[in-house]
Amino acid sequence: MTQLFQTWGLTYEWAWFSATIAGILLIALPLLLSVAMIIYADRKIWAAMALRRGPNVVGPFGLLQSFADGLKVFLQETIVPSAANKGLFLIAPIITFTVALMAWAVIPFNSGAILANINVGLLYILAVSSLGVYGTVIAGWSSNSKYPFFSAMRASAQMISYEVSIGFILICVVMWAGTFNMDGIVQAQKAHIWILNGFVFNPLLFPMWVMFLISGMAETGRAPFDLTEAESELVAGYQTEYSSMSFALYWLGEYANVLLMCALNAVLFFGGYLPPIDWAPLYWIPGWIWLFAKILFFFFIFSWVKATVPRYRYDQLMRLGWKVFLPVSLGFVVVVSGWLMLTRYGV
Amino acid sequence: MVTVIAFYLFATLTIVAGAFTILARNPVHSVLWLIVAFFNAAGLMVLLGAEFIAMLLVIVYVGAVAVLFLFVVMMLDIDFAELRAGFIKNFPLGLLLAGVLLAEITLGLGAVGAGGIALGTADGTAPMVAGQSNIEAIGMLLYSKYLFLFEAAGIILLVAMVGAIVLTHRKRTGVRSQNVARQNARRPDEATINMSPEVGKGVEL
Repeated sequence: MTQLFQTWGLTYEWAWFSATIAGILLIALPLLLSVAMIIYADRKIWAAMALRRGPNVVGPFGLLQSFADGLKVFLQETIVPSAANKGLFLIAPIITFTVALMAWAVIPFNSGAILANINVGLLYILAVSSLGVYGTVIAGWSSNSKYPFFSAMRASAQMISYEVSIGFILICVVMWAGTFNMDGIVQAQKAHIWILNGFVFNPLLFPMWVMFLISGMAETGRAPFDLTEAESELVAGYQTEYSSMSFALYWLGEYANVLLMCALNAVLFFGGYLPPIDWAPLYWIPGWIWLFAKILFFFFIFSWVKATVPRYRYDQLMRLGWKVFLPVSLGFVVVVSGWLMLTRYGV
Repeated sequence: MVTVIAFYLFATLTIVAGAFTILARNPVHSVLWLIVAFFNAAGLMVLLGAEFIAMLLVIVYVGAVAVLFLFVVMMLDIDFAELRAGFIKNFPLGLLLAGVLLAEITLGLGAVGAGGIALGTADGTAPMVAGQSNIEAIGMLLYSKYLFLFEAAGIILLVAMVGAIVLTHRKRTGVRSQNVARQNARRPDEATINMSPEVGKGVEL
């Protein structure tokens, strides 16, 4: 896109600058629209599993429900508790929402269609996702109310615990792909096992994917790991004191994070924009359609789990993270590196 | 042009955030300003071409260390008046420390100007290796030339971790924690008994 702006007579630097701004808008605006639609899809899937109809009043099949909800919260009054730390109270939802959008910069939508094709793409994702905890912690503290504070403590412990095992899982993927670059990781999955595209078909990496999916649910605070907003214990968790648009920002940020986790599952383990089978006619379908299909598939799994699995108890959550996922993923780092030394590099 | 604007933006924000870290009255605000400073320092490192160090700075310091800082500071019950009383008492000591740090930096800069030890080039930029990314270059050096130092650092961290666990771990008695294997092995037919006692025989009064 930089070349296009250069043909309009801009110097390289300003062409690059304009191209980046255009790229951000090209990713962020469709993302916001898909977040609105995915909230509707989540409610519909959940309703179908509970034998209900779900939203069906606003627009055809209730398709405009999310926009009606958005308009509703937009028109509500913003209430700031008098004992709250006002500046931080208002900044916290903005941090959550911004961080949820930032990580999309390194997701490849097609070969070369990536906003920031950097060498440390996967580390960037880790860095940005580790920032996500601040939105929750600052909200819990600045509300100056006990339930949000409990929730903030839970959230920080939970996110740090699962980030450790996610780190080890990503190391396995990086070792196999031989690069941290997101586009490179997708390309490394081409015809990975026989004619199948994707690390998930590899027997050594399949368990890693299962653990990544579960850790992803814990990292985004989705059911069954939604202890941060367990309504029977903590009212509504860290967002108890929030209202109007600041509440909506949490809502949008949470779903943008879930979509990001689905995209990461697709990119790291299911071949991203590549079709599942390495067969020429399948490449006639554009890459971003494959990526969208995979994201939607993983979102269905997330909704399915939310509708069917009961919430974990806090000690069970910690046990799963530290006593099961951490040793198993650490063991797999040793096994995968040993296997690669044997087969790829010679001992 | 864009690079220059980005540099001055990151540099100004780093210094402003650093100043607010020590000027903020509320310790939680101090930690948050410190996080802003870390983040902008990472931005400066990206501009220098050290993207790996920048990402590590964000992951390790912002993502883990500062979260724990924030955690501890939030839990503290702080009396601001008492804090400010200590300020006057410790002011000479703080001034002395600041003086020592300033002298060290001045000495260091002077030494680099006078030739210094061969770390990168004299003007402060590291020589780039063409066609090799940061991570590859660091990995090559770390696992060959500096292998011993790398492993020694790892062992020191391991010892520190074991020490922290030994110091804080205490064996508590009387805790009824869940035995997951035993719980999974339970079946409904052994957990409940279905009886139909005769009238008046079911309870002992």
